[in-house]
Amino acid sequence: MDRLKKSPWMLHYDASSCNGCDIEVLACTMPRFDIERFGIINTGNPFHADILLITGGVNAQSAQVVKQIYSQMPNPKVVVAVGICACTGGVFKDCYNILGGIDTVIPVDVYVPGCAARPQSIIDGVLKAVDILEKKKEAQTHE
Amino acid sequence: MTRVLSLILYLILAPFVGAFLDGIDRKITARMQGRKGPPIWQPFYDLFKLFSKQMIAVNSVQLLLNCSYLIFLAVAGGMVFFGTDILMSLFILSTADMFLILAASSDSSPYSNIGASREMMQMMSYEPMTLLIAVGFYLATGSFRVDEIIAQETCAFWMMPGLFVGFILIMAIKLRKSPFDLSTSHHAHQEVVKGITTEMSGPTLAIMEIGEYYEKMLLLAVVALFFIDSSIISWILGIVLCLGVYFLEILIDNVCARVNWHKLLDICWLITLLCGGINILILMLI
Amino acid sequence: MGVILLYLIPIMAGIPLIGAILIFLNHNAKTRGYTIYATVVAMMISALALMITWIQDGSNTWYLYTQTEWMDKAMQAFEILLMVFIVYMCFKYKRRWISLLAILQTGLTLWVEYTIPLVESTHTQVDSLALLMCIICAFIGGLIGIYSVGYMKSYHENHKGVLDRSSTFLALIFVFMSAMFGLVLSSNLIWMYFFWEITSVISFLLIGYTKTEEAITNSFRALWMNLFGGFGFAVAIWLCAMWNHSVQLNEIVASANPMIIGMLALAGLTKSAQLPFSTWLFGAMVAPTPSSALLHSATMVKAGVYLLIRLAPALNGSLCGTIVSFIGGFTFIMTSLMAIAQNDAKKVLAFSTISNLGLIVACAGIGVEQTVWAAIFLMIFHSSSKSMLFEAVGATENSIGSRDIENMHGLILRLPKLAYVMGIGIAGMYLAPFGMLISKWVALKAFVDSGNVLLVICIAFGSASTMFYWTKWLGKLIAMHKPRVPDRDVTRKDEYFSMAVLCAITISLCLLFPLLAGYVVNPIVLSLFGATTDVLSMSELTTMVIMVCSVLIVPAMMFLVTRMAPRDIVPTYMNGINVGDNSHFTDSFGQSKKLHLSNWYLRFEFGRRRLLKPSQILAASVLIVTFAVLLGGVLS
Repeated sequence: MDRLKKSPWMLHYDASSCNGCDIEVLACTMPRFDIERFGIINTGNPFHADILLITGGVNAQSAQVVKQIYSQMPNPKVVVAVGICACTGGVFKDCYNILGGIDTVIPVDVYVPGCAARPQSIIDGVLKAVDILEKKKEAQTHE
Repeated sequence: MTRVLSLILYLILAPFVGAFLDGIDRKITARMQGRKGPPIWQPFYDLFKLFSKQMIAVNSVQLLLNCSYLIFLAVAGGMVFFGTDILMSLFILSTADMFLILAASSDSSPYSNIGASREMMQMMSYEPMTLLIAVGFYLATGSFRVDEIIAQETCAFWMMPGLFVGFILIMAIKLRKSPFDLSTSHHAHQEVVKGITTEMSGPTLAIMEIGEYYEKMLLLAVVALFFIDSSIISWILGIVLCLGVYFLEILIDNVCARVNWHKLLDICWLITLLCGGINILILMLI
Repeated sequence: MGVILLYLIPIMAGIPLIGAILIFLNHNAKTRGYTIYATVVAMMISALALMITWIQDGSNTWYLYTQTEWMDKAMQAFEILLMVFIVYMCFKYKRRWISLLAILQTGLTLWVEYTIPLVESTHTQVDSLALLMCIICAFIGGLIGIYSVGYMKSYHENHKGVLDRSSTFLALIFVFMSAMFGLVLSSNLIWMYFFWEITSVISFLLIGYTKTEEAITNSFRALWMNLFGGFGFAVAIWLCAMWNHSVQLNEIVASANPMIIGMLALAGLTKSAQLPFSTWLFGAMVAPTPSSALLHSATMVKAGVYLLIRLAPALNGSLCGTIVSFIGGFTFIMTSLMAIAQNDAKKVLAFSTISNLGLIVACAGIGVEQTVWAAIFLMIFHSSSKSMLFEAVGATENSIGSRDIENMHGLILRLPKLAYVMGIGIAGMYLAPFGMLISKWVALKAFVDSGNVLLVICIAFGSASTMFYWTKWLGKLIAMHKPRVPDRDVTRKDEYFSMAVLCAITISLCLLFPLLAGYVVNPIVLSLFGATTDVLSMSELTTMVIMVCSVLIVPAMMFLVTRMAPRDIVPTYMNGINVGDNSHFTDSFGQSKKLHLSNWYLRFEFGRRRLLKPSQILAASVLIVTFAVLLGGVLS
């Protein structure tokens, strides 16, 4: 059963990123890296997505949004935190408005550190997430 | 017997052939954009995945309306492959599309409502041409019935080249190709959050996509109808030209920028009047 | 024929009249309601009785009442009364010039009656078309009568400013039906003209019911346009009498004199609100809904169409026919475009009524068997679906206090029953494979066969825009959106009864399509043309019935299938800032804000302001040129 593995659709959300990682995410979809060759589509819609890819740390305003988008994704689903800010809060960790990494509001499956994370590592992270997706699906069917 | 066979083959094979063509489309598109592109079987993987996802919905009727959309498309296509009335089939096609619009408007979601409105606009743009094409077949061959159209001595294309041009245009709308992919697009996944399909997830979306494959096969069948006559060679020619037209649509898709609805309506109605209207006029006069 | 037959027609026309008098005199709402129910039932029974006796008699055309000295005198007296009344109203509301029209035409007909000797002939004619009109009028009109009992109560509860003259209003509705019976059963132009005038005047009174400034303006507009058509009618009578010494409708159709046909067609065009005379119909929407439903679905506008269908054999291939079909086709496309820009539900219905009538008129103008076949079907389906829609909109207006389509968002959860009625009505108006669409299909086929490319294009574009405005309305209704404050459904039982019966009629008409074609429409075409062809073969008709069933069954089946599918309901996507109720979102200040969704109305493109004037001017100039040509033909 490798249905999910071959067609992971992702949703990219910018929680409070400086746009550095965002540009790298976009670079993944460009001809040089072309993530579509793995069947990955950057959907922009939680209802269609399997992978939630978040850049930037969570702040007071984005916390609710992250939670809601996550809740709108159908199971099985995985979360990839891209960039050091999304992983831990990064240099903004101690800012008054930053709650910390993405894992402060929703469970994160894959951490892709870097400032900014390189496209290669982002693709690597997404493909790792796909494996976790598969495991989650199996766990779901066993339940 | 052949009619029943072709109907059954259509109902069973259309989604597969449609998905396969979609895979080729994505590959060719990727190559045109200088990318490697997904595997040819990608649409199948996508469909399998969508069916294995959790069923979430924003309301209780969307799935029902989407299923109706699928069934009516299958019925509309089935009518063509069974060899019955083409005008009726095109009417049913509009009814099917209306179910999709209702599915999108059934939730008070801003994005899918935008998609629904745009879909209605697209429908208004291509509807006159579909009717004129059916009328054109009637004038050229003396019948609305598909089985009589394909039994002609010479193919209908020579009588209705203007309508054929118009059909390529509305096919671009129906297949959601640029420059007419207003309501939802195959490439720009984030634009209006996929428009009309915004609130459809998992199996609901898969059903809608299968519906689109049925629609695609129906449209290609109409293309073939322009070329098929009583000889066997014309069937081969028809299939080859279908693929040619399909490639042309992909090409148009990749070289055109999207137009706004105003332009869409103007272009479609103008071409319908010019190509379709004049073609019909000539057919009536001769 | 037994003696009883001679009394059937006066009884049928008399029942609503007597009912009207009783209703008028009765000011107790409760007993008045019962009177209305009784009248309606009696009316339906009498119409059925007439039909059954006619069928038992062998379905031949009856020509009755040759000697009607006494009746003629009464009619003349009444015509003078009507004229005096119109003149009085015109002077009272300072629209004096309109009185000229009334004086001229009444004078003309009276002068004709007294000076020109006419060949003695019958005055009444019962044939299949007339009977069909009677049945439509008795049943659909009757149901509207039942509906209006409950409606008027709610109406006056919601419109405290309007003086309650319900008994007059209800009485007028029944007088109108009586006149309508008279109109369709007349075989003689003078009689027909008499009833024609009555319908004009009563529609004027009904439209002006509220007596607001707007209502008065609109009612006088309706009056002058209809009187103008009536004037054409009077001229036609004069010409007939002068040239033929006979005013029998059949003979006119047989002789096909272009000038007379032209004048009668003009009358038909004004009555059926074709361009350039369309403005009276959408002005008429100020009146309480039962009158709109009655005037614009089953009776008044159908009278114009009825006349044109009668004339159809004479219109075939003539200049008049070409012009009538052009005006019809043109009206069809222009008004369906203008309907896109309307957000008032009744206005949408008004425009769609005009556009559908345009199609019927176009069919009648071509005047061959197939087009008339389509025209009659369109007429039947239009009456049932449209009256249902009007009723549902009126009931909705009473319940939610607005008839704006935007305010009907999510009606399926707020007022489910009304939403279903509306939905069925809308589906009946445009969806494949319901009646209207099938009739449109036949019309298209007939236009192609008659080689009229202009009409083919009109129908292609017109049906596209028709689709647009109905679909967006349907989309509004079906939005699954629970309001915070539930709406109270104030629709009364009799209103629901009327709507439910109309629903059943609409659906069963679609299901009984082949029977309808075989037993109703074919005989009518046969009687008009002396020949009939099966426009759609039986196999096509049965396919259609199967399709209708599938349209009804597929969603129902899917409902059962999908109901079992387990699913989790989540909020709709609003960029993650959905407050949770799908109708509010968090704005940038952290406050919750209401979401407003609106349909497209494209006012700049398809608004009345942009399209109405040019199309009126075009249609009017076409008419003027035609009449100049006709006049030239007469004088030379």
